[in-house]
Amino acid sequence: MGPFVAVLFDGFAYGMLLFLISVGLSVTLGMMNFVNLAHGAFAMLGAYVTVTLMNSFGWPFLATLPLAFIVAGVVSVGFEQTLFRPLYRASDLDQVLLTIGLVFMAVAAVSYVFGTESQPIHIPDYLRGFITVGSANFAVYRIFLVVVALLVSVLLIAGLEYTRFGAQIRAAVDNQRMARGLGIDVNRIFAYTFALGSGLAGLGGALAIEVVGLDHSFALIYLIVMLIIVSVGGLGSISGSFVAAIVIGISDTAGKYYFPYLGAFLIYLVMIAVLLWRPAGLFGKR
Amino acid sequence: MPAPSSLVPPQQFLAKQVRWHPLEIVFWIATLLPFYFFPSYLSLASQIAIAALFALSLDLILGYAGIVSLGHAAFFGVGAYAAGLFSKFVWGEPFSGLIVAAVLAGVVGYATSFIIAKFRHLTLIMLTLGIGLLLLEGANSASWLTGGADGLQGIDIWPLFNTFDFDLWGYTAYTYSLIALFVIFVATRRLIHSPFGLSLRGIRENSVRMPAIGAPSEAHIRKVYTISAVMAGIAGALIAQTTSTVSLESLSFERSADVLVMVVLGGAGRLYGGIVGSIIFLVARDQFSGINPQYWLFWIGLLLVLVVMFLPNGILGGLARIKLFQRGKA
Repeated sequence: MGPFVAVLFDGFAYGMLLFLISVGLSVTLGMMNFVNLAHGAFAMLGAYVTVTLMNSFGWPFLATLPLAFIVAGVVSVGFEQTLFRPLYRASDLDQVLLTIGLVFMAVAAVSYVFGTESQPIHIPDYLRGFITVGSANFAVYRIFLVVVALLVSVLLIAGLEYTRFGAQIRAAVDNQRMARGLGIDVNRIFAYTFALGSGLAGLGGALAIEVVGLDHSFALIYLIVMLIIVSVGGLGSISGSFVAAIVIGISDTAGKYYFPYLGAFLIYLVMIAVLLWRPAGLFGKR
Repeated sequence: MPAPSSLVPPQQFLAKQVRWHPLEIVFWIATLLPFYFFPSYLSLASQIAIAALFALSLDLILGYAGIVSLGHAAFFGVGAYAAGLFSKFVWGEPFSGLIVAAVLAGVVGYATSFIIAKFRHLTLIMLTLGIGLLLLEGANSASWLTGGADGLQGIDIWPLFNTFDFDLWGYTAYTYSLIALFVIFVATRRLIHSPFGLSLRGIRENSVRMPAIGAPSEAHIRKVYTISAVMAGIAGALIAQTTSTVSLESLSFERSADVLVMVVLGGAGRLYGGIVGSIIFLVARDQFSGINPQYWLFWIGLLLVLVVMFLPNGILGGLARIKLFQRGKA
């Protein structure tokens, strides 16, 4: 019983981490329909903001998290205004090429500035250690991840569903021309939405360092997992990404525990099976 | 591809397209130059010819049928491993190895084409990526057969026709790869200037409307995807045979991304796009190999951004536009 619960919890917590780094993509790719492979680069940016602030300026870990969100969000708006906006109506291929080009440049720039070694991080003591319940150990940091992920998803779903700004986003995404006709500044809404998505990427990246480490290739390695979660969850569905992240997190952790020789085989298999069964993803409408 | 200015009968239109342009003949003669002028670069030339064949295979589905694939290395890798394993367990005769690799890649391509033909857009991109990664993980797990991360050991390629050894200088390698590229290029050229090739372009423009004029989209996509997989498999087999090495890299996402960059750089949907792109890409990489490979990635990224922003149809597309512009002024 012990290991089973532990594997389940670890998988769930890993899923929550995956949710945190990919929920922003669910906003930019899912809602705005822009194939944004640069999402991984914004996540990496947030992670490096946290590492730099902690290691060079001595900031406490929790204080760096809002800044990771803000920096990634602000920088992404710069790109959105200049490079991405002209491509909103372009083909999938053009969007893929431009954004993967940016990922390549980000990877090279980071290895130029920070080198290729993995970055150390020292999380505060109160986030370390384990809580023991019965025979199972639960890592405090993983519990922290689960709490943050639940908080983010509740805030995001409530914000999109019940606030004026959320309604404007949904209107702008659903029907641009109609939204413009109603006096909504669609360009401004899209810029804010993009900043929100990339900011979440930065936050997720910062939270991920402790679990998965951080080096220059972060943007490329986790890009694929992010894409898997968003496409399995269904484009534009926050709750879909949440469920998909749990499914992928648990199948990956359980797969590595029970069938180590399969490697990452299982999550690709899960993705292909889900997409064959429901091409628009679990909760996708389009 | 310029549209016919006035309506001509389709047979005449296709016949006009099939005719060889003098520049094309010049280009193919120029491919022989490395033998005389750059004999020390023959192994690079052989790599370029193989990459060009791989790019041609991607261009067939990307540029003509409009299928965006992020996992085309799957077939390249299947071909490479098939050729390597064939030489290890059966015999090292190159031609038969090439055919076995082509058939095996074609079988995998045909099997996956049923999935590919059913989807479009992001789902399609994710499925090609997923199938590619699945094969990579499969090859990694099956290390008893593939050697896993260490690469395949025990490849033994016999000399071509039992006389021409695959030497260190790459004379045989380049000759072999260039002949393969040329033969397959001529076949592809014929294919895309056939009614089948025209209907592929129709599918790229509007896959829903094509069945209405009697061209079944799904069947056509299955067919072209299988052909493309065969070509990619041959390219993979060529690299396995000319270098006597097969590693997991041949199945990797990087290889899929590189070939996509080559096709887009040269110009997708233009026969010579992939070839020009692979020449520029590999020569540049060879010249910049002195600098840290991490920084090389930066220039590739910048190139991609610039091509998307300013040269939507790649280098060849840009040249064609300049030509049209000059003709308009005259």
